[in-house]
Amino acid sequence: MKKLSARRRHPLAALVVLLFALAVTGGLYAAFAPADKAQADDTAQSLAIKEGKKLFAVGCASCHGTGGQGTSDGPSLVGVGAAAVDFQVGTGRMPAQQPGAQVPRKKNIYSQAEIDQLAAYVASLGAGPAVPGKEQYSKDGADIAKGGELFRTNCAQCHNFTGKGGALTNGKFAPALDGVDPKHIYEAMETGPQNMPSFGDGTLSQSNKKDIVAYLGEVNGDKTASPGGMDLGGLGPVSEGLFGYIFGLGALVAVAIWVAARTAKAKKS
Amino acid sequence: MSNETSATNARRGQAPRGERIADWADGRLGIYSLAKSNMRKIFPDHWSFMLGEICLYSFIIIILTGVYLTLFFHPSMAEVVYHGSYVPMHGIRMTQAFESTLDISFDVRGGLLIRQIHHWAALVFLAGMMVHMMRVFFTGAFRKPREVNWLFGFLLLVLGMFTGFTGYSLPDDLLSGTGVRFIEGVILAMPLVGSYLQMFIFGGEFPGHDIIPRFFTVHVLLLPGIMLGLLVAHLILVFYHKHTQFPGAGKTEKNVVGMPLLPVYMAKAGGFFFLVFGVISVIAAIASINPVWAIGPYRPDQVSTGAQPDWYMGFAEGLVRVMPGWEWTIAGHYTINFGVLIPIIIFPLVLAAIAVYPFVESWVTGDKREHHLLDRPRNAPTRTGFGVAWLIAYLVMLVGGGNDLWATHFHLSINSITWFIRIAFFVGPVLGFIVTKRICMGLQRRDRDKVLHGRESGIIKRLPHGEFIEVHEPLTQEQMHALTQHEQPKPLEIGPEVDENGVKRKIKRSQKLRAKLSKGFYGEDNYIPKPTVEEYEEITSGHGHH
Repeated sequence: MKKLSARRRHPLAALVVLLFALAVTGGLYAAFAPADKAQADDTAQSLAIKEGKKLFAVGCASCHGTGGQGTSDGPSLVGVGAAAVDFQVGTGRMPAQQPGAQVPRKKNIYSQAEIDQLAAYVASLGAGPAVPGKEQYSKDGADIAKGGELFRTNCAQCHNFTGKGGALTNGKFAPALDGVDPKHIYEAMETGPQNMPSFGDGTLSQSNKKDIVAYLGEVNGDKTASPGGMDLGGLGPVSEGLFGYIFGLGALVAVAIWVAARTAKAKKS
Repeated sequence: MSNETSATNARRGQAPRGERIADWADGRLGIYSLAKSNMRKIFPDHWSFMLGEICLYSFIIIILTGVYLTLFFHPSMAEVVYHGSYVPMHGIRMTQAFESTLDISFDVRGGLLIRQIHHWAALVFLAGMMVHMMRVFFTGAFRKPREVNWLFGFLLLVLGMFTGFTGYSLPDDLLSGTGVRFIEGVILAMPLVGSYLQMFIFGGEFPGHDIIPRFFTVHVLLLPGIMLGLLVAHLILVFYHKHTQFPGAGKTEKNVVGMPLLPVYMAKAGGFFFLVFGVISVIAAIASINPVWAIGPYRPDQVSTGAQPDWYMGFAEGLVRVMPGWEWTIAGHYTINFGVLIPIIIFPLVLAAIAVYPFVESWVTGDKREHHLLDRPRNAPTRTGFGVAWLIAYLVMLVGGGNDLWATHFHLSINSITWFIRIAFFVGPVLGFIVTKRICMGLQRRDRDKVLHGRESGIIKRLPHGEFIEVHEPLTQEQMHALTQHEQPKPLEIGPEVDENGVKRKIKRSQKLRAKLSKGFYGEDNYIPKPTVEEYEEITSGHGHH
């Protein structure tokens, strides 16, 4: 010990302690980090990443860069997570057809397996939200009424009362949510695509998201009943006014013309 | 009289029961003389004269359905938790007003249908009034002696707008609550009195607990009461003035050609009432309106996109949407919000412009005579142009009120639409005026050609020397009368600037303005001279022209 305490004020002592500390943290990290597990996982994941990388090079790299680092034409994908890829590619938004105010939804040309591979590759670039499991967005056990309240508080100002969409500035828009896969709605809330803010689990808890998805399924799903008859797009007074003018007043004017034409005419003698 | 009656009675036994009842009523109400003077009242036949009837009948439908709705509606802002039959709302806090609207929609027998009839009829009522007003305007039916009735009609339209708005607000849903919030902003934007008025009307800070009950009283009692009175006055004046008619053979300023009130017109009008009721009921049965269950209850911290008023208030919505949000802060803490203040000044001005038009026209043209024959719009190009200009300004703002839906449905930028509206509000009416006037002149020219040369028959004839001509058929006497019966007044003259002694005459500025406007109204640019008898004879009698 004497030897050690004698050298304790040596100019290089601090360096030695630092090296030692680094070695210990590094070692501990290597021992406990989840990376180990991934490595041990098997080759399936790394195979998916490899395949995803190939798909990425063909479909995505021209805008997002060969390593997903981003270019002047597209943002960096480091840390966006698998959920973002599943949403963007799954809804056909990516690969984008052309630059513009906003990338619209279109027909998806990738199979789910390919999307999973792409997602695996992008997820490997940096940690981000994972694709939600089915139980997270299924309507079992969800509170629809609460979902409605949450939807009106957080979503309706852009997406309309029942998710029929709305306009944003300069040609951007909040899309209509008709016929959107519940998984994609969940992912959109989680990742905040394009102009949408992201509602992470700290903002809207997982069960809140589940409630919102269930509410949308109830009021804007394929099986949604419209007790009052045709819903006229669910757009409110503008479409109602147009309908009232064309089919209400229009029909009445037609009736008036009919009545006026069928008059008791004095016979010409 | 009594001797006579008893004599006949003695002859035939007792008079039939109906006659006795009628006699009894006549002795107390004087119905015989009333019926005698009115039963044979003549109404001319034209579909556009029935637009007002559509309004009358839809108003009756609104009252009938409205009474039914009041039986179940609770105009209260007390908070309750919903446990009714609409599952997606279970456990949500809402006001009693909203809860009872849900109950009407889902639990009251026929409630949803009646609610939808009520609301659709309201939209049709307002639309009908608007189109009825256009008919009256473009045919010049507002001229003496009908100016006051024009004003009654205009007041009915304005009151209808506000009755509609208060009714739209009653369910206290998220959509209408946003509209009430909008009104609060409008009130607050009034300089000096705004904040006091707001506290007075809402009974405290927004939203408070008073506004729905107050709107209820205004909606079911105050405004409909005034409207009912105006409506009766409107109809009495229609009876008193007699109906206008389109010009034609045998129709003069002194007669009315048509069908008598009883039995023909009464049967037609009665039948038409049921047709109107039927059409509105069918629409209410097939198309949803204001689905409050999908919209949710109002909460001041929530708002949705696509929040618009019903169409008749869309014009005001447009004004506020496209107005730049300018504001001044005076002395540090008095804010004047021009973004809202200017629209609420323009809104009544635009309405007033159409309301005072009859008085302006009669002042400008100096025409104080009675008119019972309608103008064809083309023969009054300035009036028609003004009407179109007004409509364009109105429609442009209506588009502005729905700018977000135009943006999403036509894939446009909402900012570009807003700029287009801002410019079109000023440029559109001017262009509309010029174009309409030109079209009117073109139509007048065509009328002149038709009178002089006849109708194009579409038959092409080849002459012996090879020339092709189209055969024109001469018009009948009746057709020619319709095309040439109108007057072409000369503009007012203010006389020479100096009198016979060379002294400058005193001419008021208003007189000069009036002469100038009169020239604009009746000047040479406003009419194609009607064909004269000489012209007609020269062409028709001469060298077998076509």
